Amino acid sequence: MAEIKLMKGNEAVAEAAIRAGCDAYFGYPITPQSEVIEYLMMERPEDRTGMVVLQAESEIAAIHMVYGAAAAGKMAMTSSSSPGISLKEEGISYMAGSELPAVIVNVVRGGPGLGTIQPSQADYFQTTKGGGHGDYRLLVLAPASVQESADFVADAFRLAFKYRNPVMILSDGVIGQMMEKVIMPEQTPRLTDQEIIEKYGDWATTGKPDDKERNIITSLELDPYKQELHNIKLQAKYTQMQEEEVRYEMINCEDADYILVAYGSSARISQKAMDLARAKGIKVGIFRLITLFPFPSEQLNDLAGRVKGFLAVEMSAGQMIEDVKLAIEGKTKAVHFGRYGGVIHSPEEILEALEQKLIGG
Amino acid sequence: MTEELIIAGFGGQGVLSMGKILAYSGIMQDQEVSWMPSYGPEMRGGTANVTVIISDDRISSPILTQFDTAVILNQQSMDKFEETVKPGGVLLYDPNGILKHPTRKDINIFKVEGAKIAAEMGNAKIFNMIVLGAYLKAKPIVKLENVIEGLKKSLPERYHKLIPLNEEAIKRGMNELVEIS
Amino acid sequence: MDIKDIIKPENLVYTKTKNMTDKVLSYCPGCGHGTAHNITMEVLEDMGITHNTIGVAPVGCSVLAYEFMNIDMQQAAHGRAPAVATGIKRVWPEKYVFTYQGDGDLAAIGGNETLHACNRGENIVIIFVNNGIYGMTGGQMAPTTLQGMQTSTSPYGREIETMGSPLKMTELIAQLPGVHFVTRQAVHTPGAVRKAKKAIRKAFEIQKEKKGLAFVEIVSNCNSGWKMTPVESNIWMVDNMFPYFPMGDIKVDGKLVK
Repeated sequence: MAEIKLMKGNEAVAEAAIRAGCDAYFGYPITPQSEVIEYLMMERPEDRTGMVVLQAESEIAAIHMVYGAAAAGKMAMTSSSSPGISLKEEGISYMAGSELPAVIVNVVRGGPGLGTIQPSQADYFQTTKGGGHGDYRLLVLAPASVQESADFVADAFRLAFKYRNPVMILSDGVIGQMMEKVIMPEQTPRLTDQEIIEKYGDWATTGKPDDKERNIITSLELDPYKQELHNIKLQAKYTQMQEEEVRYEMINCEDADYILVAYGSSARISQKAMDLARAKGIKVGIFRLITLFPFPSEQLNDLAGRVKGFLAVEMSAGQMIEDVKLAIEGKTKAVHFGRYGGVIHSPEEILEALEQKLIGG
Repeated sequence: MTEELIIAGFGGQGVLSMGKILAYSGIMQDQEVSWMPSYGPEMRGGTANVTVIISDDRISSPILTQFDTAVILNQQSMDKFEETVKPGGVLLYDPNGILKHPTRKDINIFKVEGAKIAAEMGNAKIFNMIVLGAYLKAKPIVKLENVIEGLKKSLPERYHKLIPLNEEAIKRGMNELVEIS
Repeated sequence: MDIKDIIKPENLVYTKTKNMTDKVLSYCPGCGHGTAHNITMEVLEDMGITHNTIGVAPVGCSVLAYEFMNIDMQQAAHGRAPAVATGIKRVWPEKYVFTYQGDGDLAAIGGNETLHACNRGENIVIIFVNNGIYGMTGGQMAPTTLQGMQTSTSPYGREIETMGSPLKMTELIAQLPGVHFVTRQAVHTPGAVRKAKKAIRKAFEIQKEKKGLAFVEIVSNCNSGWKMTPVESNIWMVDNMFPYFPMGDIKVDGKLVK
């Protein structure tokens, strides 16, 4: 029988990691995501599955531990919140460059700088446009519930290994801190060392057998022409992601005149705003992004021909709105609404913005 | 049925755990629940609040500005949340330490002497269970047996011996609810 | 006698270890890195652990160490090699894991990673090549640059008042309980090379016995960065580097020896 639990989003990520068969978690405390490492330390996953959990000396060290473990063919992950993710960007860029699978969770808080510990979605640019240096992308999953916080962990690992590319789960202070009912997936056994060598021995640094060429994990290529070829190969992966991995949810879009485009906690709050609007007779639907990269451009473009406008609702000064505008190619109106700096917008404020900025504007 | 509730008071009053037990109780009777706390340094001895939603349907926003019920346990929270109760809604408070009592006429106001009763019962830690009992009397949204099941889920095994005491506190709270207006 | 008569197995007195590739070293002629690479690779072959070893290359002159060491290797970001090695070792505790780092990498930008990997007593080997300068980027000041020594970022000589003292990272980490073996060696003479190789062997034996972290510093020359001939640089190293960074064991069997 499925196990129903009441958990915080952060705890759900941690428990789901154990159950996904994750080999190692390396992390560093930061509010509002410290429950991830606290839960893991309390749970003793080394006894349950053999999973390694280590509190590193910094976010930088943690991501490079992930880099080492991922290079060695293991399922490794880390989590942090915005300022800590900035520190991790170095290692994330290295992993993208050397084509390694890993899962990184960002429980976003308000910035810039040390900012605030309150929820925010102001890391959209950082997450979807690269974040670290170089031409690379992360595949980005944005959970909007505790259940998705759990479900997306195994998904993220599957995608990370499919593409040999880091995958980010972009949560936020609301999703991380709130508790909801969650049905935990069954335990997936960790791969044995032998299975890892069989599956990933052609690239992972698991030790060079006498009869085989060595494996080198590096992002360095001094010859610019070779580096360009490597970049072209990376871009092909991102194109494939765009073709195969776009995920979204449409709620009440069939008859909608106006669409609220949102992800994560903003999508949840927008649903309440949609209910309020429909009660007033305004036909509103929700387009919820599940993958932020790849971005559901085609789907939004299709919708753009049928509706009177989009309100991009995000807890930032306007980041996702840029991708919405690019996607809809000016076919209809798109405006931004969001509170930011750690302030969470209310359903009523969203409704007001819809009426004043989109319908009346 | 959807109940949108805020519980607000000082850190250490058991505000968050009261919400958690309520959320667990909702799960016990197959309802959807969400529990969204205020978090961070403000919780360390400052004000703490938690939004709890229990519903027969999928829950949309875990963040709310209007509530069906507000359970208010200190003056700061009274100042902040009296206005957020929907017309016709419920405000339950403990008058201990309250200098400015609620004045709204369009809501149902109840009180419970939680701190006083807890002192009588000789255990400050059951304060929140007394308040929970009073709340359930005013708003019987979950059955007592499911609250006890929720307590079992919410408390670590080593504290299960305290469940009878908690149950007593909940019942006492139910009996001590006073309707003001 | 024809040369073909000489090239016979029974006449073989020395051969390059299979653990070094045939790639021409990218190091300047006279540099100690090649020798340090070579003896490390020989140790793996001697111990029969080549197939079970994963190396971590740093940023610095030895950034391309994986081109020369014929084993599974990973290239780390600047200073992060001990964290990367921690990640590998924790998920493959039966493998041998080592980092090979220079002074800028290990003692400056990677100071924190070095300190904490040592403090946790990660069961890895750290090989630390200290030549008192940033070689790869063209001769800038390193944490180990000696007082008064001229570099491109200390053109008037390292001034202690404003630039701090040369950092004795090796003595520093030797204080930590997690560190089992600490030694300082050199590779400028055949005798020194033999000793250094023995020390590296000992370091890997410690990893085999899971006793904690083993740390081998190799004080080396940088004739290009120091703007000397190879011979001059070795003499300068003995006269100037060795008094500040004295040769020998610092910690053996978990106990400080001096």
